[in-house]
Amino acid sequence: MDILEITSSAFKAILANKLRSFLTMLGIVIGVMSVILLISMVTGLQTFITAQIQGLGSNLLFVIPGRIGGARSPGGVQANRLIYSDAVNLRSKLAGEADVSAAIQRNATLKFGNKNDKGAAVFGVESNYPKIISIKLTQGRFFNSSEQQSARKVAVIGQSAKTTLFGEGTSLNQIIDVAAIKYKVIGVLEPRGSIFGIDQDNSIYVPFQTAQRQFGIDRLNTIYISANDSDEVKIVQDKATAILKRRLSEDEFTVQSQEQALSTISQITGVLSLALGGIAAISLIVGGIGIMNIMLVSVTERTREIGLRKAVGAKPSDIRNQFLIEAITLSGLGGIIGIVLGFGISLIIGRFFTTTVPWWSVLLSFGFSAIVGIIFGVAPAIRAAKLDPITALRYE
Amino acid sequence: MLVKFSKVNKVYSTGDVKFQALSNINLEVKKEEFLAIIGSSGSGKSTLMNIIGLLDKPTSGSYELDGQNTAHLNENHLAEIRNKKIGFIFQSFNLLPRTSALDNVAMPLIYAGVPEKDRQERAKKALEQVGLSDKLLSHPNQLSGGQQQRVAIARALVNEPEIILADEPTGNLDSKSGDEIMHIFQKLNKEGKTIIMITHEVDIARHAKKTVRIKDGEIMK
Repeated sequence: MDILEITSSAFKAILANKLRSFLTMLGIVIGVMSVILLISMVTGLQTFITAQIQGLGSNLLFVIPGRIGGARSPGGVQANRLIYSDAVNLRSKLAGEADVSAAIQRNATLKFGNKNDKGAAVFGVESNYPKIISIKLTQGRFFNSSEQQSARKVAVIGQSAKTTLFGEGTSLNQIIDVAAIKYKVIGVLEPRGSIFGIDQDNSIYVPFQTAQRQFGIDRLNTIYISANDSDEVKIVQDKATAILKRRLSEDEFTVQSQEQALSTISQITGVLSLALGGIAAISLIVGGIGIMNIMLVSVTERTREIGLRKAVGAKPSDIRNQFLIEAITLSGLGGIIGIVLGFGISLIIGRFFTTTVPWWSVLLSFGFSAIVGIIFGVAPAIRAAKLDPITALRYE
Repeated sequence: MLVKFSKVNKVYSTGDVKFQALSNINLEVKKEEFLAIIGSSGSGKSTLMNIIGLLDKPTSGSYELDGQNTAHLNENHLAEIRNKKIGFIFQSFNLLPRTSALDNVAMPLIYAGVPEKDRQERAKKALEQVGLSDKLLSHPNQLSGGQQQRVAIARALVNEPEIILADEPTGNLDSKSGDEIMHIFQKLNKEGKTIIMITHEVDIARHAKKTVRIKDGEIMK
């Protein structure tokens, strides 16, 4: 009896019991769907962040507190020891080779009249920030060096913050509250999009000294360094590291290039997709157990049929193959439905976040579901093949 | 000789308890015979039938089917011989539910490796032989008991076996349908089919050309 015959009879058996077949497949459908969905979201996230970081320009270096990517990873949250004088120090030592800009960040509620914008990201940055990060303004201007140094209460707002506070009305020269302190809006940034639902445009940029004073922060979140020459990024990176090492220990800071930042991101998203994919894979195994359960029930229910088939000439291997292929067909069909659903839903989610369905995730989840079908189909199939035809025919 | 039993014994043992189901059976069935084996329940007639049908093996003694000693055949060989040489008819029909009469009849041909198109042809012909050419696509639950048994007969015929082996074929039928089945058997026998039928009813056994009686695992003379 050839494979095509068995497959077609497996399809007949599955169609003869539509509801049960569907419920049996559901575990696999959900498993495959979640594998594809989760991987597509993580991959989309990676694509998005990569584009964002690349958009910053390849001359850029980041100094961040703590150690990333070293042989020794910190055992817990370390105290941040990066301070403004480190940035000042870097700026003077790297003068002529690179531009340096320090940044701190807090979240605060913005207020204009009776409008509230809760949870906006407040960045305290220096006046050279737009040049280093290469962001543009759609309206007004960024604050200048003297405004920064004298801690003026002026602000450049992101698109979402603008829409929330002012709607369609004018925003320039309006006075808003940032955590209950009044600021004058002097500029609006161009939109930058969102990462995984975190709106990058729900933000406000104020002079570094102003933010430092208002929030009482002396630890920096980031020092941005932009090399003047793209060939000298590595040299600047080494110099910056050497300069910082005079005051700080190796574990207290990391100078990362764009390339390194990208590889860090891909490491993080790699672990993330493995973890999430692993969780989804567990549901595939649960689905496989569901298939085994139903196949065992089916063997018992069809004992007489098995006896009859054996009496009219089915070999044990014919019976085994029939049940095995039924299990594989169930899981394979479930896999295909799962792929279609996962693909469809990731397209829908793609309207809000970036999602990408990599081809390997489709192969992986389908292959896994087929393997699940084989593994969990074997036991029932062998049981069916071993049935004694006489007893099977008498089975009530 | 189509079927030849020499000193066939069958002993079932469960633990220390032994049960002699068949003792010293000598039985010969010629080609084109219509033999009825009569016995009450527990007489060993089902065991006899299972051994003739190669579903079971004797404990001792020899069984030759169509000149071939069956003692050393493995499970796959036995399946093949059952498929080619024996057509089974059961008391409870044993049709596949949710499957058309045509597909039920064609089923043994799948295991014979007959291509799909030929299977349909031959199944159709077999159903015509039992007078069911108008019920090809009916499912078992749409057929009467007599009709279901006729589908089962068609299934037994479809491989053109050497022997048709019927186990209480009328046991689940009213007497009118039972008679119809017997008439089909007689017709098939006239056309040259060998039939071995097991029954406990003398009335049914009457339709056969020859009758043997089995009691307590022995054939009565």
